[in-house]
Amino acid sequence: MTTVENGVNVQALLEARTALQGAPEAAQFTWRATSKWDHGVHSTTRVQQFFGLGAEQSHKAESVFDADHPAVFAAEDNGITPIEYLLVGLAGCLTAGVASVAQNRGIQLRSVDAVVEGKHDIRGILGADPDVRNGFNDIKVTFSIDADASKEEIEALVAQSQKRSAVFDALTNPTDVTVEVA
Amino acid sequence: MDVTTVVIGAGHAGLAASHFLRERSIDHVVLERGEVANSWRRERWDSLRLLTPNWQSRLPGHRYEGADPDGYMTMGEVVDFVERFATVTAAPVRTSTTVTSVSYSGDRYDVLTSTGAFRARTVVIASGACNRPVVPAFSDAVPAAIEQFTPFDYRGPEKLPDGGVLVVGASATGVQLAAELQRSGRPVTLSVGEHTRLPRTYRGRDILWWMSTSGVWDQRYDEIDDLTRARRLPSPQLAGTADRSTLDLNTLTALGVQLVGRWAAIRDGKALFSGGLRNVFALADLKQQRLLDTFDALGVSDLPPPERFAPTTVPTASRLQLDLRSGEIRSIVWATGYRPEYDWLDVPVLDAKGRLDHDGGVLASPGLYALGLPVLRRRKSTFIHGIEDDARDVVDHLAAHLAHRP
Repeated sequence: MTTVENGVNVQALLEARTALQGAPEAAQFTWRATSKWDHGVHSTTRVQQFFGLGAEQSHKAESVFDADHPAVFAAEDNGITPIEYLLVGLAGCLTAGVASVAQNRGIQLRSVDAVVEGKHDIRGILGADPDVRNGFNDIKVTFSIDADASKEEIEALVAQSQKRSAVFDALTNPTDVTVEVA
Repeated sequence: MDVTTVVIGAGHAGLAASHFLRERSIDHVVLERGEVANSWRRERWDSLRLLTPNWQSRLPGHRYEGADPDGYMTMGEVVDFVERFATVTAAPVRTSTTVTSVSYSGDRYDVLTSTGAFRARTVVIASGACNRPVVPAFSDAVPAAIEQFTPFDYRGPEKLPDGGVLVVGASATGVQLAAELQRSGRPVTLSVGEHTRLPRTYRGRDILWWMSTSGVWDQRYDEIDDLTRARRLPSPQLAGTADRSTLDLNTLTALGVQLVGRWAAIRDGKALFSGGLRNVFALADLKQQRLLDTFDALGVSDLPPPERFAPTTVPTASRLQLDLRSGEIRSIVWATGYRPEYDWLDVPVLDAKGRLDHDGGVLASPGLYALGLPVLRRRKSTFIHGIEDDARDVVDHLAAHLAHRP
């Protein structure tokens, strides 16, 4: 097999899989974000620390995300709408999956582009129609992938990426969510 | 009573072990909680037929000799087939003998049963892979008005109430029961997770002829990349029917079965289904195509040309939830898998998930073996005809063990 370089350290991931099979407690991660209300519907959320492999961990730098609503919502548009962050998460997760699976299967990628569209009926969040849900009605992801692979192999990459995607799972399956006041 | 080998279970696996033990003149008993082929008699639904065609159903020195080699045995025919094998091989079976405990001390196994105790140098566990149905924990939250069934208490549609049925799981069991229930006039909703799609016949041959001819079935357990996954893989979407028809999700959709995603949870009396249905379809369609491509690449001559099957049709509006209190669903059939049961086994050879931690049927405790589990030593281990090579190998190992520890 020719050497494929997509920049994913698949060997490390496979070693982690083997190691964690015998150590499920080390596999328990907690991802964290802390947010602060700014003004109006604008808030700022910071992400740096997380817990995993039995210890506190840290990203090498803090990331700061502004969430707001656009002008058509009569807001100041200091950042993207919170529901758009779900699209960011889904695109990032599926793309990472495509790269990892391609690396593992010896497929050289040249470009991976995705368009993610979430259909949203905002009458739900406005309370204008009690039969309309608050969240997305559906989400569509369209990948354009240039790689040394057949169409079927590329379709299989995308399918396997969904199968192992944390965000795809979080969006397609219910999650128990607790919200409380400290 | 002292005996060299105790075999637990007089199904096809235990009897195959007995056959090879007898060939080697190793004295043994086969302990059976009920009758020979007990699970086939009592733990299967009425319409079930083997997934393997008759010509393929064989046991050591024993094969189908009826008039319909391309047909599929009914459960009654399987029982007869296994019983004849037990008779022909003169297997020393003790029926109505339930094993209550197996423990190991002083280089011997103490096997306690409902009818007496045995002390054996070696034990072969052939008690089956499907002793108990597996049902998700959230089934506790199903409203009491809905009747729940597993494949162990399901016999046929007539025992179910009229009205909607939610069948959970789309492997061989789930698709077969969904089709039969829909045909009985009960509207079926089928919850579909990951599954294996296969046509019943391909290019004029049974798909299991292809599995055999291509060598897929002879692939050894130590040559398989992800053995854990292979051993957990549920049965493919197949049925043994007289017309040798394919029973995939498109067949079920055409019958009027409504497909929904994997059942993830119950919240406020509502069943919540995964929105990932398209991807489980894509995974199964792609996998089927890859398999058929490998068959075509064999270059088998004198067969009809390669066929291409339509992708699984995605429902125009797949429901994400279903109100279990609305009366739409009157019964649920859990076709969510089976597991073996080892609560009688007092030797520490189980993994964290309660399964036998074996290396091709060889357990870590000296002289203790397993047979009749999925992909035990080969991909075909799961099927009746797969037992011959496995049983021979395991008994070879057992005999070597006896020789080294006289």
